[in-house]
Amino acid sequence: MRFLDEEGFGRLMALLAARGYVVIGPTVRDGAIVLDRIDGAKDLPRGIREAQGPGAYRLEATGDHQLFAWSHGPDSAKRFLFPPREVLSTATRLEGELRVDPAPLPEVRYAFVGLRSCDLHAIEVQDRVFAIADPAYRKRREESFYVGVNCGHPGGTCFCDSMGTGPRCAAGFDLALTELGGGFTVEPGTARGEELLSELGSREATGAEAAAAAAVTDGARERMGRRLETDDLPGLLYRNREHPRWDQVASRCLTCTNCTMVCPTCFCNDVVDGISLDGTEATRTREWASCFSEEFSHMAPGDVRKSARSRYRQWLTHKFASWIDQFGTSGCVGCGRCITWCPVGIDVTEEIAAIRVTDGEVAVAEEVVA
Amino acid sequence: MSLDVSASAVSEAEILAGVAPRVATVRRVVQEAYETYTYWLTLDDPVVRRAYRFEPGQINMFGVVGVGEIPISVSSDPARPMRLAHTIRATGRVTNVIKGLRPGDRVTLRGPFGRPWPVSAARGGNLLVVAGGLGLAPARPAIYRAIRDRGAFRRVIVLVGARGPEHMLFRHELDAWAQWLRFRGIETHLTVDIADDTWPYGEGVVTTLFPRASIDPRVTTVFTCGPEIMMRFAVRDLLGLGVPARRIWLSIERNMHCGVKLCGHCQLGPYFVCADGPIFRYDEIGELMGVAEL
Amino acid sequence: MSPKPRVAVFKMASCDGCQLQLLDAEDALLELAGAIEIANFAEASSRLEEGPYDVTLVEGSISTPEQVEQIKEIRAVSRFLMTIGACATSGGIQALRNGRDLAEVVRQVYPTPEYVRSLERSTPVAEHVKVDLELTGCPVDRGQLLGAIAWLLQGSVPRPPTTPVCIECKRRGYVCVVVARGEPCLGPVTRTGCGALCPAFARGCYGCFGPSQPPNTEALARRFLELGMSPVQVAEKFRFITGYAPAFRETAERLEREEASAT
Ligand SMILES: Cc1cc2nc3c(=O)[nH]c(=O)nc-3n(C[C@H](O)[C@H](O)[C@H](O)COP(=O)(O)OP(=O)(O)OC[C@H]3O[C@@H](n4cnc5c(N)ncnc54)[C@H](O)[C@@H]3O)c2cc1C
Ligand code: SF4
Ligand code: SF4
Ligand code: SF4
Ligand code: SF4
Ligand code: FES
Repeated sequence: MRFLDEEGFGRLMALLAARGYVVIGPTVRDGAIVLDRIDGAKDLPRGIREAQGPGAYRLEATGDHQLFAWSHGPDSAKRFLFPPREVLSTATRLEGELRVDPAPLPEVRYAFVGLRSCDLHAIEVQDRVFAIADPAYRKRREESFYVGVNCGHPGGTCFCDSMGTGPRCAAGFDLALTELGGGFTVEPGTARGEELLSELGSREATGAEAAAAAAVTDGARERMGRRLETDDLPGLLYRNREHPRWDQVASRCLTCTNCTMVCPTCFCNDVVDGISLDGTEATRTREWASCFSEEFSHMAPGDVRKSARSRYRQWLTHKFASWIDQFGTSGCVGCGRCITWCPVGIDVTEEIAAIRVTDGEVAVAEEVVA
Repeated sequence: MSLDVSASAVSEAEILAGVAPRVATVRRVVQEAYETYTYWLTLDDPVVRRAYRFEPGQINMFGVVGVGEIPISVSSDPARPMRLAHTIRATGRVTNVIKGLRPGDRVTLRGPFGRPWPVSAARGGNLLVVAGGLGLAPARPAIYRAIRDRGAFRRVIVLVGARGPEHMLFRHELDAWAQWLRFRGIETHLTVDIADDTWPYGEGVVTTLFPRASIDPRVTTVFTCGPEIMMRFAVRDLLGLGVPARRIWLSIERNMHCGVKLCGHCQLGPYFVCADGPIFRYDEIGELMGVAEL
Repeated sequence: MSPKPRVAVFKMASCDGCQLQLLDAEDALLELAGAIEIANFAEASSRLEEGPYDVTLVEGSISTPEQVEQIKEIRAVSRFLMTIGACATSGGIQALRNGRDLAEVVRQVYPTPEYVRSLERSTPVAEHVKVDLELTGCPVDRGQLLGAIAWLLQGSVPRPPTTPVCIECKRRGYVCVVVARGEPCLGPVTRTGCGALCPAFARGCYGCFGPSQPPNTEALARRFLELGMSPVQVAEKFRFITGYAPAFRETAERLEREEASAT
């Protein structure tokens, strides 16, 4: 473990930029800490903390000098690795001939600074969806550099400890930092990270510094805003497909899609075609979509998930149950974003707990052969 | 950074082959039934055309440039993949534009995708195809394969139902099967819900043909495809006759945007219909089919 | 559709804002002129030709007896009738008068009320004739309008999305005003189409594009009450540009009754 002084962090940012990376990090915009392009440590939310709970998020000044004394805002690396809107191909039609050109592969190389352990996990969850069949995702993903930050400030809606995805960065980073008063301990996670670290002018961390770094995440574990009992979640949700709680939550849910948009693992997308007025040029675009849209499940005979109840059930069951069947991991990393950014503050941990205490209240519907 | 994608069941090459749209030309358009046409297509690129193979029951994403892309089963003979056909009913946004396609028009195809009818699973026993309406289109390639490989099965039985004679697909071909292929051991029985004077076959829903087919539950493998309500009735009766759930296969539809397990639209419980289906074994999805709005 | 479809644009009771979306689209207008024959567009040219028209765009709500007759005539000569904008699709801001004493409203608004002849209610075109496609918005979104025309030229009827504004708000990375500021926003119950214009300026959505997929207006109203608004203030939120759309109207009426019975 190495130790990097406060100025060392600035050197890290400069070095990443010098190596041609577009540095993406936390910065304050419109009352929240968002992820955006940053030009140095000056753009980071220094001395700022956030308070979050179901449906509520506020920034506060702490008066100290910490750069990472907050928990994440609405954005995650998903916004950059799987952009909200992306052209897939263009086509030209002239005199009966048709030419289809796939969009060129992206050239940009990102360096993500300040990702928490939950978000590093979320990237690996999305890899299982996109890495094979989406060459653009794969290129962006492979060429990016990841600087993780061990979490000392879990948000009021966080439960990574329950999901086994934090607060300490375990994998998926090139460098992982722990912010201590007056500097950072740094651990390389890859050869690439090690090489970069060797140019930063760090020194070996003392035993006391290493212990302080461990205490940061141990403390965070104690202060998790939420907990979730994860025992046999697939079984619980599968056998409660007809539970009355779905109706109850549907009366509160706006089906507004916010939870799926901010979720760092949700991957659903629409492919939308557009054409010029003269019919010669067409563009195929992919954009973020959500199972909370009624039209998401459209079929000519009718939409499959018409009720809010069925759409909420799809979301919760997918995240915590069927994802495991599909991809071998949970679809939830416990980041709590869906709770904070739900305009009416619906809380997945509370919904699951409510089903658990009344497990089996209405049995799974018998197979209906009409 | 190397990516861990070990959870994927499909090979990388297979998936990548389906990602890029390929241009195809409409060669011939044939009306099959009310608002339903078969489009015979050839892929423009000769290399792609020669390499293209599909299995019975698989789909292509059929694209009309600038309008949209939809999942459509291949309806032609898998032994002749260079002559590719899709049989499409006009029902909405994209299919109404498809209805206007004429020979020489260009479209795009991506695919083939999905899990096929397991024709070889029926070898040594009886193959029973139960199709309703447009459901005959995805089933036809399986029937072709069975006809070509007739010796491998004890019996091959094709039961087809439609709302009325004008909704019966591939009418000339079915007439020919009913009259001539029975001498080669293909038993074809047809029925419509409401017949008219010209209709020489049965009247009633497709399950009314079951007694005539004298199904032997011990050796029969069933492929069924059609409206979900029809498949439910068919499955109920087949289970009643003693056909085990694991020998009943059906084709499921869901909205699809990608075909390669990354858009999320086609989910049915734990399955992606585009990759784990569209052909499922009844014991895999029977319970899920019973859940409303899943 | 044959080579050059004949397109007409008509205006009922409205502000011209929607037509302007076409007129201001300079590049597109040229392209459009190449693709269609503009047979009747009073705002754009002096050429007024008789029907029939292949595509007719109608802006504005029906609020005079003459308009009731006119829209029927227009329908009779139009193969495809598309209404554009909040006025044409939900009665518009004029529909605020619906349910109030018209004479009173007229007296308040016009200096010489005796010249104003108006119907009791301002209503959407679809209450009078069959409409083939509705594009909502105040004004309509230019991209959506031109996109719809382009699709029609391809022989396809588009289906404008019904998902709430929030989806676009998040795609664009705007910070939610409800969560981060505790301010009301109609985004969760309004259909997307505007590009989340108001949240882009850290303001709540006014609902210009009308109700989204069956919207849960009741749950959102409860949230607004929690934020400290009174029932009537919440009702006013819903009674804005598309306030006459049933989903918004019903919740507004219920809130007003609630406040009335509380006092
Ligand atoms: C596995 C599979 C095989 C199919 N095989 C055939 C076939 O051989 N012949 C045929 O005529 N039809 C087939 N369909 C149905 C066909 O895909 C729909 O009729 C078509 O998508 C309707 O598109 P639209 O734009 O005209 O209709 P709209 O109602 O305007 O639909 C808009 C969009 O919703 C989606 N959608 C609508 N209906 C369906 C549907 N039934 N299934 C999936 N997505 C849908 C599509 O994305 C479509 O573009 C198949 C569907 C599936 C899933
Ligand atoms: S489901 Fe909620 S808590 Fe879990 S990863 Fe998604 S946004 Fe975070
Ligand atoms: S929860 Fe919904 S939006 Fe998210 S990945 Fe699952 S189906 Fe898609
Ligand atoms: S749970 Fe909340 S964020 Fe998600 S769709 Fe419902 S109201 Fe919106
Ligand atoms: S600001 Fe409004 S539109 Fe945007 S997410 Fe929040 S509620 Fe939805
Ligand atoms: S069609 Fe996209 S996931 Fe199956």
